[in-house]
Amino acid sequence: MPYFGSEETVKDLKRALSNPNVQTDRLRYRNYIIRVIRSMTQGLDVSSLFMDMVKASATVDIVQKKLVYLYMVTYASRKPDLALLAINTLRKDCADPNPMVRGLALRNMCNFRMPGITEYIQQPILSGLRDKASYVRRVAVLGCAKMHSLQPNTEIDPSMVNELYSLLRDPDPVVMVNSLRALEEILRDEGGVVINKPIAHHLLNRLKDLDSWAQSEVLTFLLRYRPRSNDELFDILSLLDDFLHSAHAPVMAATLRLFLHLATAHPAVQADALLRVHGPLLATCGSASRELRFAGLCHVQQVLRSQPALYGNHYKRFFCGYSEPGYIKFRKMEILVELVNDENVALVLEELKSYCTDVSTELAQAAIAAIGRIGRTYNEKCLDILTGLLALKQEHIASAVIQTFRDLVWFCPKSSVAVCKAVEGCDESLQDDEGKQALLWLLGEYGEQISGAPYVLEGFIDSLKVELCSVVKMELLTAAVKLFLCRPAEMQDILGRLLHYCIEEESDMCVRDRALMYYRLLQSGVDETRKVLLGPKSDPSMTVLTGRPEEPVNIWASSFNTLGPLCGTVACLENTSAENSVQQLHSAEEKDGAEEFKLSPPEQTLRTEAIEEELSCIADAAEELNLTMGPPLSHEAFERLWLELQVAHQQALGIPRPAETLETLQAAFQLVKIQTLAFTRTDAVPWKAYMYSRAGGTLILAELLQGAPEESESIGNLLVSVKQQPENQQAIRSFFSVLTNVLQTLSSHGSQN
Amino acid sequence: MISQVFILSSKGDHLIYKDFRGEADKDAVSVFFEMVTALSGDQPPVVMSHKDLNFIHVRQGGLYWVASTKTNASPFTVIEFLNRLAALTKDYCGSLCEKSVRMNFALIYELLDEMVDYGYIQTTSTDILKNFIQTEAVTSKPFSLFDLSNVGLFGAETQQSKVAPSTAATRPIMSHRSEQGGKNEIFVDVVERLSVVIGSNGVLMKADVEGEIRVKCYLPTCSEMRIGLNEEFSIGRSQLRGYGTAVRVDECSFHQAVKLDEFDTYRILKVCPSQGEQTLMQYQLSDELPCAPPFRLFPTVEKDYGSRYTDCDLPHTQKSSTALNVSVTVPVPKGSLSLSQELSSPDQTAELQLKNKAILWSIPRFPGGAQLSALFKVEVPSLSSASLLEVGPVSMSFELPKQTCTGLQIRFLRLSPTQPGMSQRWVRYVTHSDSYTIRI
Repeated sequence: MPYFGSEETVKDLKRALSNPNVQTDRLRYRNYIIRVIRSMTQGLDVSSLFMDMVKASATVDIVQKKLVYLYMVTYASRKPDLALLAINTLRKDCADPNPMVRGLALRNMCNFRMPGITEYIQQPILSGLRDKASYVRRVAVLGCAKMHSLQPNTEIDPSMVNELYSLLRDPDPVVMVNSLRALEEILRDEGGVVINKPIAHHLLNRLKDLDSWAQSEVLTFLLRYRPRSNDELFDILSLLDDFLHSAHAPVMAATLRLFLHLATAHPAVQADALLRVHGPLLATCGSASRELRFAGLCHVQQVLRSQPALYGNHYKRFFCGYSEPGYIKFRKMEILVELVNDENVALVLEELKSYCTDVSTELAQAAIAAIGRIGRTYNEKCLDILTGLLALKQEHIASAVIQTFRDLVWFCPKSSVAVCKAVEGCDESLQDDEGKQALLWLLGEYGEQISGAPYVLEGFIDSLKVELCSVVKMELLTAAVKLFLCRPAEMQDILGRLLHYCIEEESDMCVRDRALMYYRLLQSGVDETRKVLLGPKSDPSMTVLTGRPEEPVNIWASSFNTLGPLCGTVACLENTSAENSVQQLHSAEEKDGAEEFKLSPPEQTLRTEAIEEELSCIADAAEELNLTMGPPLSHEAFERLWLELQVAHQQALGIPRPAETLETLQAAFQLVKIQTLAFTRTDAVPWKAYMYSRAGGTLILAELLQGAPEESESIGNLLVSVKQQPENQQAIRSFFSVLTNVLQTLSSHGSQN
Repeated sequence: MISQVFILSSKGDHLIYKDFRGEADKDAVSVFFEMVTALSGDQPPVVMSHKDLNFIHVRQGGLYWVASTKTNASPFTVIEFLNRLAALTKDYCGSLCEKSVRMNFALIYELLDEMVDYGYIQTTSTDILKNFIQTEAVTSKPFSLFDLSNVGLFGAETQQSKVAPSTAATRPIMSHRSEQGGKNEIFVDVVERLSVVIGSNGVLMKADVEGEIRVKCYLPTCSEMRIGLNEEFSIGRSQLRGYGTAVRVDECSFHQAVKLDEFDTYRILKVCPSQGEQTLMQYQLSDELPCAPPFRLFPTVEKDYGSRYTDCDLPHTQKSSTALNVSVTVPVPKGSLSLSQELSSPDQTAELQLKNKAILWSIPRFPGGAQLSALFKVEVPSLSSASLLEVGPVSMSFELPKQTCTGLQIRFLRLSPTQPGMSQRWVRYVTHSDSYTIRI
């Protein structure tokens, strides 16, 4: 934000900096430079002082040097010609006997982001790599990465890469980690730094010498390594064991992630790791830093997806603190709902009840909704609490309670008696649209049991002229017609008035059309109307989601200790446009699903939603394994390649073909960046599917084959053959793991339903 | 890796801005501030995304400490890094507030330059950093009337000369270079945070203690420090150590640098403290308090012709120590109009906060073993019997100096080799309320 009179300030500074009196007085000179930096931070453009600052860099005062460098790094890209003038001073500093000066100069020289700098920094970097001071080596190693980023399209210098690989053995731990980081950046196009067996074991052995930041970073790098044998795997796991209990949350989380990743094939080991880490994870949930608390809670939520019982005894740790900010309280309530069991339900409900009168409206409403969720399993206790809350006669509480009632009777129809009794006479306290809609829905659905229902509706109709929300009006129409069908005598007059108003006077098209539709429906006969409106609904009790199915750990393990869990449902990293469109489609579907919740058979919606959620997790994993779709491949091209290439890998997956429709399969694969090209018909034997994907510069073609069913009884076994061009074993492995995950997810859902 | 780090004041002024990788615009700062101020109450602010840039921030000292990244970094690492940055700023500048950051921005730039290179964390250890940091901290006026109000914080009532005023620990670690500072001091604090829920029948429903032993060291060199804890200190549930005075915690973790070879037998922690603040040990105790909870409340609520009385009796069960800055929040029904009160002493205050629907009763000093009572009369038009439900849980916040709830004590504190000259060692205990809720 430019300040008023900024030009004056710059002029003043310029005058002062070029004043010889100031230049001779060290402290005054430095003070003016500090003022320049301050203006720069505040957003003032002080680039016109560049020349004076270059002069100021030739000093023995190291504080002043640092400040000037900070200035130069910021403006170098805008004044490349002037910045070149500073290079000489910097290069001279690179040969200073003091390692601190050498390192400082080299670091800042590499930070100049301008074209043409590379020719000047190459030599100092190379000599810096062999400097005897570790401080300079640290800087030089990262300098290689900086240099590479300045000229991204040039050839990678193999001698530099070799030098960096050899620096992995540097005695200084920070140099070692920096070499990893630099290699990762330089070799990004080739899939990053290679972690082979010697390097992996070297890193593991050095792990103890590193500080906690480097530890967690190295642990993340190690995710890339796959042990050759089970023995090696367990050796590594026992090495990592101590770090699970690290006092530093980042190390603990990174170790757990690596543990879960390495033990993908050993669910018992994963479960054991989760059990052992539950203490440290709980400790982060109670940390003094709120943000860390939040991160801990989000990760506990992830663990709960697979191991709901793990934290059941610790439910009190998730009681909300009085001074905690809202976002932490919301997470804690979500967790509390998950943790409820027969023993703690009474105490949890009592705790949640005390949040219902909280001064924050959102918090109170969320607490009421949480009680409603628990009410699906522990019906009576929750209904008592909710009914009690209605007596408070407060708008936001009543609205939330009514909405919760609506959702509750949908899942547990048996609670309708109590709900109907409670709903009577609470219409005055409802003001907001969502609450009104919920009440109207209840009146329409259970009008028979609510004696005053017609009078409530009449009240709504009387105030129709001042009602602004069209959704409320539509809900009112539906409720009135439904109620008319079961209580015609009382409703006939009221309904007539409503339809008349909505058809003749209403300006909103949707409402008018809806009214006309009901009008014509009624004209065609009451029986017809009844058939349409009160026709058989799906049986919701089939889908009561009491106790979600436990998900396998592998579904979320890949997003553990990333930003994903903290962002909630919003995908935080959308890079490719292809993924974007899939995401958009995906979210649109989700929205539809949510809106049509009451119309479409719910088990369908819920199931696809659940599948989509899981798949998006695998999609995250796929991203990490670098699967991409790339340009589309034509059928002809695929066929040609398929016939040309040899089978690179063949494997029976041990999973039957998922019972989903082909569209679902195709969408699922697309989500993880595998493009399906062709399927045989669903009932064909043998069943085949062809698909392709790209990873790390290779093209992977695959065929899924399910033989005749009599061969392997009822459980058909999928056989996968993969062809590849050019060879890349790692890509095949990642392709397989993604494919297996998707199929497992789909078939586990198929078998559940 | 981190793309940018910036520090904003609560009003959105740019205090510090450093771009490490040149991948993101400077506009990101204002984008962040717009996003964070536009958040509604229930949206989690910690991680936010704008296009492909993720912002992670923490709030400390009323400031926004923000890191932006383009990668899917580990949230724990970034949050801990920002916390560490704030802690280092506090160490180097003395205190953490907008003013100190403004005055010491050159120092903070220098810190950041050494801590992070090209977005990668290099080091955050004070021992290493102190070799590189050249700028001296500018402290705000070292003594002000405002500080005087805190002097009693660690119980200065009797032995003024022997007790360090609380401000002693809020000076920059490097100030020994200048002439005025230069006291060789080391502070060992045992800080416990208490979160308690007491049911309406007076039963203790939940009691968690999160404790830590913190060292704040101003000694320029210190080879080894030995801290002796209670000998009866035990960890975990199974370990029973005789009768009586055992001090037990559930979980315990130590700083990397702590040597534990004498811990198992003698309960001695050995450490070479580096300058600045460090947490040596963290521990938790849940569902159990070795002593009675420090406060109880005996409320009576009555309804009387459209107004309402609340009568609170608040006995303090800890005889030994005086609680400070006690505040009690009593929720009142919606639509409450006015409050009249009867308090037992003039230094207490009570006010009705309509925005929060609560009475705030504050007690600056609460002597141990005392019992205070207050009578609040609130006028509520259209009071129904259900409104009494709204007189929800009472929450308290307080500080208990010289007191630990777990009973953890420091037996001795030895420095070796013995420091020449006037090195002073301070051991302080304090219990804070993290969340202290009493249901009515």
